[in-house]
Amino acid sequence: MLKSSTKKNADRTHNAYGWLFISLALILISVFMFYPIGHSFYLSTMRTKGIVQQFVGLNNYIRLLQDPMFILALKNTFTFFLIQVPIMLLLGLIFATILNDNTIKFRGVFRTALFLPAVTSLVAYTILFKMMFSSEGFINNLLMNMHIIQEPIPWLLDPFWSKVTIIIALTWRWTGYNMVFYLSGLQNIPKEIYEAAEIDGAGKVQQFIRITVPILKPIIVFTSIMSTIGTLQLFDEPMNLSMGGTTSSTIGPGNSLLTLSVYIYNLSFKYVPNFGYAATVSYVIVFIVAILSFIQFKVAGDKN
Amino acid sequence: MKKRCKIGRILVYVLLIIAFVVSVFPFYWMIVGMTNSAVDVVKGKMTFGNQLFTNLHTLFTSFNMTEILLNSLKISGLTVIGTLIVASMAAYGFEMYPSASRETAYGLLLLSMMVPFAALMIPLFRLIVKFGLLNQHISLILIWVGSVFIIFFFRQSLKTFPKEIIQAARVDGSGEFRTFFFIVIPSIKSTYAAAAIYSFMLSWNAYLWPLIVIQTDDKQTVTLLISSMSSAYFPEYGVIMTAIVIATLPMVLIFFGLQKHFVQGMLGSIKQ
Repeated sequence: MLKSSTKKNADRTHNAYGWLFISLALILISVFMFYPIGHSFYLSTMRTKGIVQQFVGLNNYIRLLQDPMFILALKNTFTFFLIQVPIMLLLGLIFATILNDNTIKFRGVFRTALFLPAVTSLVAYTILFKMMFSSEGFINNLLMNMHIIQEPIPWLLDPFWSKVTIIIALTWRWTGYNMVFYLSGLQNIPKEIYEAAEIDGAGKVQQFIRITVPILKPIIVFTSIMSTIGTLQLFDEPMNLSMGGTTSSTIGPGNSLLTLSVYIYNLSFKYVPNFGYAATVSYVIVFIVAILSFIQFKVAGDKN
Repeated sequence: MKKRCKIGRILVYVLLIIAFVVSVFPFYWMIVGMTNSAVDVVKGKMTFGNQLFTNLHTLFTSFNMTEILLNSLKISGLTVIGTLIVASMAAYGFEMYPSASRETAYGLLLLSMMVPFAALMIPLFRLIVKFGLLNQHISLILIWVGSVFIIFFFRQSLKTFPKEIIQAARVDGSGEFRTFFFIVIPSIKSTYAAAAIYSFMLSWNAYLWPLIVIQTDDKQTVTLLISSMSSAYFPEYGVIMTAIVIATLPMVLIFFGLQKHFVQGMLGSIKQ
């Protein structure tokens, strides 16, 4: 009897210590994460003008469908997502496979060099690219000297080319980062599998498709979800790549770089603040991330 | 067959060398840019110039770089210290005192990692205004300190920590907090190093949140300064390049100095 009550007491202190250790984090995360998530949803059902708030139900969500700026931002964001993410992940996979082969010389040097862009700040590298891709800048000089182009390409002044520029920049920044994830996954694949495949007459490309990709699938799903979240939140790059940055009236020529996050920023802090509608746009990102992550999990699950 | 292999080999090296040049060139270019005038930078001049001291001088006198650099160092330093304490304690609480209700809370935390920052931004801004913390550095620190990712990262590493050691300390009469601070922390130093790098990088490079919260020039961070310099009507590109080099330098130094921890910090999320 006595024994069980001391045990109970010990359990209770044990439990109290558990809460004590996590309390600081729990308070901070509740205030700066859970509360905003809930409040954002609440705001998305409100029309806000200054301090006046009025409940409008789903009106903000309906308004989205008739808002050309929102549609444009959605289109741009999806263009970046659908083109850039696959290119980057494929390149990351290819370089990881190459650099996992220990007959390659200077592996360490190449690995370090390819990863190096991932240490730069998003703002810094974007501005670096803005200067390199200016009309009379380095890239145009190089291409003209090599006689690949006759006229300078209006990288930052044309809606199409500005999209190309941002895709190049993003790929430069993130390929090596993703490669490191694949490399760590590849190190767990026993070499014998490849040797056996070699004996069976499978070429390098076949080995890549039949062995590497299936084994790395969980990591590929992880990186693609991370990249999805990242791309849907794209802000630093379009903001700083556009002429005039935060002060300009359009983001990229003809708003060609307007993304959902930039639009939320504009709605909240640049135009007459409309927090309710801005929160609605932000919830669209939440829904899209949830749906895309679900699809990516499903695709991975089916084939396993 | 042999010959085909050889050609493939050469192709692989060509590919690697191209990737190497593309990856490293912008770094070379920013260092060269630091020594050139604005006009030369825009023209894409590729050789070293003699404007380094002029650029440095402009950056530190006209743009108040000293103060801004100190702002960034202070903010990032405090964020790292706060995050390490709060997150490692939480991870320890979750891992060493298992309970069903805490496990549910943990699951919720992990789920919240999927929510993009854009969705938190507006309520966070209003909260900061309500607390009277607008244009204060503390608001740049507070919101990163309770980092779910770093809690997760610490917990992954604590999973392999021998529980017997904690039991033994308990038997020896060591209090719970004492055990944590004097036995657990010293034995997972490398996890702390990796988490510190990750959290420093996040804070040092932050842009959107500081852009919203910071409203006067004297409170700016390095990232904000670079961004505002480049949106000027006549951007001084040589000076901007100098600022970019200074902003990038700490990350590059940390990377080369602690490469192993650095990579471990990024991989922490998938190593089970």
